[in-house]
Amino acid sequence: MKKAPVNKIIPFSNVDGPGNRTAVFFQGCTFNCLFCHNPETIRLCADCGACVPGCPAGALRVNGLGRVVWDSARCVQCDACIKACPHDASPRVTWMTVEEVMGMIRRTAPYIGGVTASGGECTLRCEFLIDLFTEVKKLGKTCLIDSNGSFDFEADPRILSVCDGVMLDVKAVEPAWNDTLISYPRDLVLRNLDYLIKTGKLAEARTVIFPDRDRENEETVRYTARRIQNSCPYKIIRYRPYGVRERYRKLLGETETGADYAERFARLAREEGAARAYVV
Amino acid sequence: MSEALNIIKDPTLTYRQELVSLARLGESTDTTLRYSDAYYAAKQKGALCDLNEGVMPFRPRYICPDYEKLFERGCAFLQLEPPRDLMEAVNVLEIFYCHVPSITTYPVYLGDLDKLLEPFVRREDPAFAKKVLRLFLRNIDRVQTDSFVHADIGPEDTVTGRMLLELTEEMQLAIPNLTLRYDPDRTSDDFALACVRCMLKTAKPSFANHRMFVREWGERYAIASCYNGLTVGGGGYTLPRMRLYECSLDADSPDDFITRVLPGYIDLQLEYMDKRVRFIVEESSFFKSNFLVTEGFVSQENFIGMFGVVGLAECCNHLMGITDRKKGFGMDPEATALGRRIMDVIERRVSEHTAPYCGAFGHHYRLHAQVGIDTDGMDDSPGTRIPIGAEPTMLEQLEVNEQFHPYFPTGTGDIFKFEETYLKTPEAILQIIKGSLANGLRYFSGYLENNDVVRVTGYLVKKSEIEKLRQKKQSLNQVTLFGMGAQDGAHALDRRIQHHEESAGQ
Repeated sequence: MKKAPVNKIIPFSNVDGPGNRTAVFFQGCTFNCLFCHNPETIRLCADCGACVPGCPAGALRVNGLGRVVWDSARCVQCDACIKACPHDASPRVTWMTVEEVMGMIRRTAPYIGGVTASGGECTLRCEFLIDLFTEVKKLGKTCLIDSNGSFDFEADPRILSVCDGVMLDVKAVEPAWNDTLISYPRDLVLRNLDYLIKTGKLAEARTVIFPDRDRENEETVRYTARRIQNSCPYKIIRYRPYGVRERYRKLLGETETGADYAERFARLAREEGAARAYVV
Repeated sequence: MSEALNIIKDPTLTYRQELVSLARLGESTDTTLRYSDAYYAAKQKGALCDLNEGVMPFRPRYICPDYEKLFERGCAFLQLEPPRDLMEAVNVLEIFYCHVPSITTYPVYLGDLDKLLEPFVRREDPAFAKKVLRLFLRNIDRVQTDSFVHADIGPEDTVTGRMLLELTEEMQLAIPNLTLRYDPDRTSDDFALACVRCMLKTAKPSFANHRMFVREWGERYAIASCYNGLTVGGGGYTLPRMRLYECSLDADSPDDFITRVLPGYIDLQLEYMDKRVRFIVEESSFFKSNFLVTEGFVSQENFIGMFGVVGLAECCNHLMGITDRKKGFGMDPEATALGRRIMDVIERRVSEHTAPYCGAFGHHYRLHAQVGIDTDGMDDSPGTRIPIGAEPTMLEQLEVNEQFHPYFPTGTGDIFKFEETYLKTPEAILQIIKGSLANGLRYFSGYLENNDVVRVTGYLVKKSEIEKLRQKKQSLNQVTLFGMGAQDGAHALDRRIQHHEESAGQ
């Protein structure tokens, strides 16, 4: 039975694609973005036990096999474990089967337009996603992927064949800035951008705008806008320091990107042809 | 100081509000209608409540005149000819409304406004038609000064319906209450989305499950007052309520409640209703001489008694010894299942009772989930709702509602407060509404957290008007006072907000 680590399932979300959607957040990411605002989703639990003593609700323990076990019924969602974790991971993760995830989706199905797989990076669970989306499709619902673009969609086209579209983050185009920000080769992301446009599967592109990074922001937005044109919405997201790891907040800024500043780049995107660019 | 003097000296009451209060006081001095000692004991304990309906019912509680008939034939008593154009139509309605009695003294049903006015609106220049409708809505807000005044639109998309929505949003008025009769086969998504946008900004219209109401009442049903299902050309005689939490205090266990305590209180409330219904029909002059009856705008056979309940959540929690509301009815499957058992008993016993003068409905009363009154405090949540402050996720809240809404043909509903991002995604809300109505939800209301016009329990008030009352100033809307009471006593405006959910990757 295939299982995947699920960080959480949000039954009703109006921000993970069009309409009302059930969003499944998988644990584990291929990137380690400096500005990640939930870095506890990046890695899988290493069973080091560092979080256990600090849990005020007694919801964490180390079992006989040396594994950290989380009791969701006792958990009070105080986030103490996440703050204590030295590995950018979380003990509050459930390994679920497709059928278990479908249990929630069958409940939400009457009220939603579809399901969005997010993360972390959900394409790390490619095989699981293919099975999950196949089941979701049987309910007549749409399937979207929220991805950082580290999965080669062209090399393995199975996943696109069961999903309606990909919402792709284009985080940094300029190579040096990309290396600073993401620590992952950017070429695959940009190749995916072109491939998804070509196949009509790009549901949305998004770029985070950082305070006082005129050149870097401009390069990313200009490149992306020229590529996507009117093929999909382009979400210009304001950087927010909330949740960002302290050492990186110092580098990226302690304040959120101003609305006017972000609007400047949405305007630039529209001038470059991305007619559906807007700030969130 | 005498009660009358209190009323007369109260600086926060308008003249009309004083008049109504004094009339109630006068009515309360009569002792003609008597009930059993057991009834009075139950009332004294707070287990049964007459909703201050008054000791002498001199009119049915809610009246839903047949306005189509008015437009076809005119009204001899009021010397009104059938209207020939929009100005006449609006004028006829404005006059007629002033002569429709109710428990509040204001008309609780204004008709299917879009359907009534559409032929006239379509013959006018749109800008002129809109101006006439604007003045019409202003007239209603300033003359029928009570939030239980209620108009219906839909299910079809109409020019008039669109104009009413636009004006509702522009004018930001608490009166009238407004319902969209929603049928996915007959209501276009485009019109439904316009209704969602308007609802977010003005707390109205609410969405009524048209198919469900048609199944129970036929095509010609009315949504009146807060959310009452009734028949056009008829109405509701009376609406008392069982305060289930107080009822449950007499029981030793859930089984004791269901087999002994509950049936006793049901029978007492039925006895009370029977007496009142007989009195209204047989003694009061309404069904003998009121022009609404003699000219056929309503007929006695189309009236029904509304059997109200309130506080199911607190009742179940008490019976199961649950002290933390967040772990009780609505969240705990056993507590929710107990709620269904209790409702099954109430439904069966009421449907086995032969009710007087309910000819069009098989001689039975129908159930109503009463929304609570300002003095209830935290003891009894509205109808079968999950208590404010204990709401689970929206999904779970809907799932619980869907189990209970089918019990209540004479009305129930729930209210959802949304955070600002939903303004940009009305289609997300429409999907939720569609799913929940298909699953058995009867009535869906919503509003944005930062609105001035907000829905309290079933009715609308302006927060700015509540502030006026707090400063000892008068509020034209006589319901503002209830809103203040519900805000203070039951924290009715602090319901859970449906937030947009941050996605995990920035």
